[in-house]
Amino acid sequence: MGATIFDKVWDRHLLSDSPDGQSLIYVDRHLVHEVTSPVAFEGLKAAGRKVRRPDLTFAVMDHNVPTGDRSDPNPDDLSVRQMGTLKANAVGSQIALLDIFNPLQGIVHVIGPELGFTIPGTTLVCGDSHTTTHGALGAVAFGIGTTEVEHVLATQSIWMAKPKQMAVRTRGALPRGVCSKDLALWVIRNIGTGGAFGHVMEYKGETVERMSVEERMTLANMAVEAGARSAIMSPDEKVYDYVRGKPFAPQGRDWEEAMEYWDTLPSDPSAAYDRSVEFDAGRLEPQVTWGTNPGMTVGVTEAIPGPEDFEDGGARAAVGRSLRYIGLAPHTRVKDIEVDVVFIGSCTNARFSDLVQAARVVAGSHMKVHPSVKAMVVPGSQSVRRRAEEAGLDKIFRDAGFDWRNSGCSMCIAMNEDRVPSGKRCASTSNRNFENRQGPGGRTHLVSPVMAAAAALHGRFVDARELDLADVGE
Amino acid sequence: MPEPIAKVAGRALPLFADDVDTDQIIPAEFLKITQKKGLGRYLFYRWRQGDTEAPENFVLGRPEFEGSPILVGGRNFGIGSSRENAVWALLDYGVKCVMASSFGDIFYANAYKNGLVCVRLPDGTLSEVRREALAGALDMTVDLPRGVVVYGGRSVPFDMEEHVRERLTKGLDDISLTLSKHGEAIGKYEAAMPAFLKVRPAKVL
Ligand code: SF4
Repeated sequence: MGATIFDKVWDRHLLSDSPDGQSLIYVDRHLVHEVTSPVAFEGLKAAGRKVRRPDLTFAVMDHNVPTGDRSDPNPDDLSVRQMGTLKANAVGSQIALLDIFNPLQGIVHVIGPELGFTIPGTTLVCGDSHTTTHGALGAVAFGIGTTEVEHVLATQSIWMAKPKQMAVRTRGALPRGVCSKDLALWVIRNIGTGGAFGHVMEYKGETVERMSVEERMTLANMAVEAGARSAIMSPDEKVYDYVRGKPFAPQGRDWEEAMEYWDTLPSDPSAAYDRSVEFDAGRLEPQVTWGTNPGMTVGVTEAIPGPEDFEDGGARAAVGRSLRYIGLAPHTRVKDIEVDVVFIGSCTNARFSDLVQAARVVAGSHMKVHPSVKAMVVPGSQSVRRRAEEAGLDKIFRDAGFDWRNSGCSMCIAMNEDRVPSGKRCASTSNRNFENRQGPGGRTHLVSPVMAAAAALHGRFVDARELDLADVGE
Repeated sequence: MPEPIAKVAGRALPLFADDVDTDQIIPAEFLKITQKKGLGRYLFYRWRQGDTEAPENFVLGRPEFEGSPILVGGRNFGIGSSRENAVWALLDYGVKCVMASSFGDIFYANAYKNGLVCVRLPDGTLSEVRREALAGALDMTVDLPRGVVVYGGRSVPFDMEEHVRERLTKGLDDISLTLSKHGEAIGKYEAAMPAFLKVRPAKVL
């Protein structure tokens, strides 16, 4: 029987198997940010321990950072203190840090791949659940909690039970106007928010092979919303091309050796999985969430459900509650839902290609942002921002009335000043539509960048497949 | 280092909600606090404040449930964000055990590493326990070595991974365990690590 890519990378990093089913795994790469690390560093200090491998650790400020003018003083004392703590810890432990003034700063899951810190065949962890993103490059990547961050800082290893494996086999090409975000939502809608508990989701097959590496990252990013422990994909030429020449990527002879290793990684055709699901992307339509978890999703041509559509009493109550929170009547048609705020950003959908997709809609429409909508674009990193500016995307967005901002998590988590006001409705390219996620009382509809851009212009959801798209970007 | 725990005994605190995500357990604005202590006052903040509709029969803060250490939830407890603050907030509030039929993976690991006991029980049992707890004070005992929950004259077994049980009952500190038992294996891996896997961000920046 063959091995999966996950098996291969896992075995290579396996330090010990304990009889209780836990394995100790070496961690090649550790990403650290300001929110989940302070208590870990404090614990380390209290125990008189040191960071074992500062050279394999990389820190960035992203969750808390202001996205407006960075030369203005940050008005938020607690945030200033939290970022100051990260800086002191990074300096004290000689860890490389991208602070808010660094031209390479950005969201941790955007800068990792973008700088070549994330490469195939490595193990990577970060104190953040969307670390699944890095699996798109063929890395074994796990989101961890703060106690585990401390353990990794001290030992460069992590204890965990080997997850089960789920093959997600995809067929068909995404139709025009349909994005990998739509496929991600469609999968969660079908398997549920707990559908992949305890599993690594390996996305494979035609649809994924056709996708760009950035599109694959969107898929991997959302795997955690199906409850997955991680996501992974076998690397191919597209991944090699993506990684080649990145600042931290192997160079010269190392590059040749790396490729030799990477060639051995793809899952063997005879590899076995604990579970397997199949999806045909060829007939997929744009998806829009209507409730308060990412599994509550319908297609753009559909109407949202009502409580009576569910048989289980618990589900019925949950749906009623979600609808009250989101402020929609049962059976409202998606195209009749009006939005007040549009957020194009987050580690799900704020890479260069996402901004290109959104800009194509804006430039193709010759429209402006709807007068009742406040729309903002928050690039995934400052590098994405610069590249977008070089390609003239900022001008397209600005001329249409979008706010063009600096990079950070921003309205995805609403820790800084970017928030959806209470009772307002947001079309968002982020990954979580939980209650209050984008600000107290804010209402979130998760969509693709194309759908979000169109919603900004029309003030309501429209079918992205029917839009005129302009050629923009490179 | 967490204290060893053999038993959790006390009143049940019913929570009638499935899919409770860590954003609900503690909202993001409180993640700026850089300590574990004192987070209890922000537990389920929005539901307690009433600025978001709380689940039906929400009893947190009601005097008769004060000091109840056993939170009894439903399905998929602790999904979403990896924030360990959710576990710290529960512990600081006085919750020592959470019962649910399933847990978010990261939450589950965060919990046992901090000495918060997570017990998986079938949905039917949970519904029954919550109904009884709501109707009147229900005292429960979670016995870790025996792997049973005892309440109202009943004794219900639960499954727990052996390593989780061991960590909880012995109060083990992972780091010293790893370094003392596996330091050599870590060193060996590092010595054999090929150059192409190495990275030196500090040199590039
Ligand atoms: S953009 Fe959102 S999901 Fe991504 S790391 Fe930041 S807060 Fe988390």
